Amino acid sequence: MINQYKFEDEPELKDLFITVDDPESHITAIETFITYRVVTKTSRGEFDSSEYEVRRRYQDFVWLKSRLEEAHPTLIIPPLPEKFIMKGMVERFSDEFIETRRKALHKFLNRIAEHPTLTFNEDFKIFLTAQAWELSSHKKQGPGLFSRMGQTVRAVASSVIGGGVKDRPDMFTDINDYMETFNQKINLIDKISQRIYKEERGYYCEMKEYGPIHTLWCASEEDLVDSLKGVASCIDKCCKATENRMAGLSENLLPALHEYVLYGEILTGVLKRRDQIQADLDSKVDALSNKKTEKDLLTEEIGNLEDKVECANNALKADWDRWKQNMQHDMKTAFLNVAENNIHYYEQCLATWESFLTSQTVDLHLGEDSEDKP
Amino acid sequence: MERPEAEPLSASGSCQAGEAEAEAGSGPAAEEPGGRAAGTMMEDCLSKKIEITVSEAEKRTGRNAMNMQEIYTAYLIETRAVESQTEGQCSPPDSLWRRYSEFELLRNYLLVNYPHIVVPPLPEKRAEFVWHKLSADNMDPDFVERRRIGLENFLIRVASHPIICQDKIFYSFLTQEGGWKEMVNETGFQLKAESRLKALNATFRVKNPDKRFTELKHYSDELQSVISHLLRVRARVADRLYGVYKVHGNYGRVFSEWSAIEKEMGDGLQSAGHHMDVYAASIDDILEEEEHYADQLKEYLFYAEALRAVCRKHELIQYDLEMAAQDLASKKQQCEELATGTLRTFSLKGMTSKLFGQESPEQREGKIKVLEEQIHDGEEQLKSKNVEGREFVKSAWADIERFKEQKNHDLKEALINYAVMQISMCKKGIQVWTNAKECFSKM
Repeated sequence: MINQYKFEDEPELKDLFITVDDPESHITAIETFITYRVVTKTSRGEFDSSEYEVRRRYQDFVWLKSRLEEAHPTLIIPPLPEKFIMKGMVERFSDEFIETRRKALHKFLNRIAEHPTLTFNEDFKIFLTAQAWELSSHKKQGPGLFSRMGQTVRAVASSVIGGGVKDRPDMFTDINDYMETFNQKINLIDKISQRIYKEERGYYCEMKEYGPIHTLWCASEEDLVDSLKGVASCIDKCCKATENRMAGLSENLLPALHEYVLYGEILTGVLKRRDQIQADLDSKVDALSNKKTEKDLLTEEIGNLEDKVECANNALKADWDRWKQNMQHDMKTAFLNVAENNIHYYEQCLATWESFLTSQTVDLHLGEDSEDKP
Repeated sequence: MERPEAEPLSASGSCQAGEAEAEAGSGPAAEEPGGRAAGTMMEDCLSKKIEITVSEAEKRTGRNAMNMQEIYTAYLIETRAVESQTEGQCSPPDSLWRRYSEFELLRNYLLVNYPHIVVPPLPEKRAEFVWHKLSADNMDPDFVERRRIGLENFLIRVASHPIICQDKIFYSFLTQEGGWKEMVNETGFQLKAESRLKALNATFRVKNPDKRFTELKHYSDELQSVISHLLRVRARVADRLYGVYKVHGNYGRVFSEWSAIEKEMGDGLQSAGHHMDVYAASIDDILEEEEHYADQLKEYLFYAEALRAVCRKHELIQYDLEMAAQDLASKKQQCEELATGTLRTFSLKGMTSKLFGQESPEQREGKIKVLEEQIHDGEEQLKSKNVEGREFVKSAWADIERFKEQKNHDLKEALINYAVMQISMCKKGIQVWTNAKECFSKM
C-alpha cells in the first residue's frame, strides 16, 4: 500500500466536505452531555446521498478513533481533543472549552477525510451518515474497544519486557528518536505559546484601564484636552489591536500546536504496534527453529506474518512521510500566521500613533504662526 | 530624552529683578501663547549666562551625624559660562560635588524664602511606581542615572526662573564647595520655617480665601491624584509588555534545538529563532526610555505639592489677616464699652467689676488710653498685613500663571515624546516580525 498521494493535489481532488458545529446541551436523568452537528457534503458514489446532517457526541468520536486504530494499527490516526482539561481555569462545559473542543473535532474529521486510506473506511462512512439509533446498533457489533486495548497492553508489555525489538529496521528507530526530540520541543513550544497568550491578555487588561485615565485627566486640564484625548484614543485603538492579535493566537497557533502535542502520543503508539507485529513474527520464527514438528504449519504462519509485517512497515513509512509533510506545512502556516498577525498589529498601532503625532505637530505650527502675527 | 536646557520658558512676569513682584500678572504677558518666548524676556536669567550640568555620580563613604559609616552618592555639578562656548573657546567648567541632602537643603531654603514662588521639585527621594524589573534600590545604577538627570533638570529650572535664579545662596550652591551648608544655616531660614507648621491648621479657619487659590488647591489635588493613577497603571502596563517580549525569547532556544532534527525546516527555524531573541532583547531599551517619560510626569506630580505650598502660604497670610482684624474689632468694642459704660458682650472684666464694684473714672480713663494705643497699632498692622496679603496674591498669581504656561508646554511635549516612543517601538516590531516571517516562509 505504497501511496504516492501528494498533498498539493488535494484541493482539486476533494470530494468530501465535513463541518462540525452547533454544540447543543442535552440533559437526561442520568447525565448531561453535548452533541455537535456534523454536516457532510459529498459527490462520492459510495454515499447514497450528497448531503448528510447528524448529531454526534464526544463518545461517538472516541468510538470512531478506536475503530480506525483497530483497522489500521500502523497508520497515524489523528488525535482527538482531550477528555478533560486539567488547567483549572476552564470548566468542563464552559463556552471556551466547548468551542476549543468543537474546533478540534472538526479538524479530526477533516484529517481523516484527507487521508488517502482512512477516508474510505466503512466505520467513518457510518459515523458521518447514520442516524443516532443506527449508529448505536452498529457500535454494538464488532470487537470494539476491548480488543484494541488488549493489543496496546501487549504492545506496552512487550516493549517493557523485551526492551527493543531485535532487528527493528533503522528507519523506525530513527523515527522513534526523532519523535522523542520532537515531542519534547513541541511541548515546550506549546507551553511558551500559551504563556505568551497569557501575557498578552494581561497586557490587554492593563491597557484597558490605561487609556481612560487620560480622558479623566482632561477634566482638569483645559489646554491639554486635545493631546490627552488623542493619547487616550491611541491607547484604546492599540488595545483593540492587541485583542485581535490574541484572537489570532487562540484561533490558529495554539490549536495547531496542541494537535501536534497530542500527535506525540499517537506516534509512540503506532511505533509500538508496528514493533508488536514484528515481535509476533520474530517469536514464530524462533518457534520454528526450536520445534521439530508442525514445520509446515509454522512456515505458512510465518509467511503470512511476513506479509503482515511488510504491509505494516510500508503503511507506516508512507503515512510517516505524509505526516511529516503535513507537519511541516502546518507549522509553517501557523507560524507565518503569527508573524503576519504581529506585523498587522504593529502596523495598526503605528498608524494610530502617527496620525496623533501629525495632529499635534500641526497644532504647534498653527500656534507658531499666530505668534508671528502683528 | 532631552531635558530643558536653558530653554526660555514663557514668563508672564517680566524678568527684571525687583520689578517682577510689583508688575506681575500684567495683561499682555499673560496672554502669551505657550511655547518659546522671545529670548529678550529671559536676559537676566542665570540660565542664559551659565550652562549647568550634573555630569557624574559617584559612590562615596562617609560618616553620618551619629558617626556611623554610611554609603551615599555624590553628584558632580559643572558650570560653564555660556559666552565662552559661543566664542568657540572650550574653557574647562567649574565643578563641585553635592549630595542629594544638600539639594534638599537648598530647596527647603528656597521654599521658605520665596513662598510666593512655585519652587521646582526635586526628583523622588525613593523609587516609587516601580514595576518588577525596576529596582527600588537607591544605589541601583539606573536609579542613580535617572536621579542625576532629575537633579540637573532641577538646577536648570531654578536657573531659568526669573526671580529665584538671582538668589545668592543658589549661586553659591553652584559655585562654592566648602562652607555652603554653614552659610545656608546662618540665614536662619529654619526658624522662619517653623511657622509653616501653623499652616496645616489655617485651612480650617480661613473665612475668606481668594477663590483662585481655593480652586488651585483643588486643581493640585486632582493633578496629583490623576498622575499617581497614571503612573501606577503605566508601571503595570510596562510589566506586562516586558512579559510578552521576554517570553518570545524562549522560542529562540527551542527553535534552535528543534532545527537540529529537521532537514528542510531546520534553517528557517534556526534563523527565525534568532529574530525572536532580537525581539525579546529589544524591550529593555524601549522601557528604559519610557522611564524617562514617567520621570517627566513625576516632576509634575511633585509640582502639585509645590502649588499646594503656595496656597497654604496664602491661607496663612489670610488667616493672620483675619485674626488681626478680629482682634482689632474686639479691642474697639471693648474701648467703646468702657467709654459708654455699657456692657454689650460678656467679658470677665465686666463681670468682676459688677461683682467687686465699679472702677474709678481714672482707672477707666487709663484703660481706654491703653486700648486706644493698641487700636492705633492694630490699625497700622492691619494696613500693612493687607498690603502684604495683596502683594502676595499678586506675585504668587503671576508665578502661577508662569507655571501654568510651562506645565502646558511641558506636558504636551511629554505626550508627543510618548507618541514618538510608541512609533519607534512599532517600527522595530514590524522590522523583527517581517524578518521572522521571511524565515518562517523558508521552513
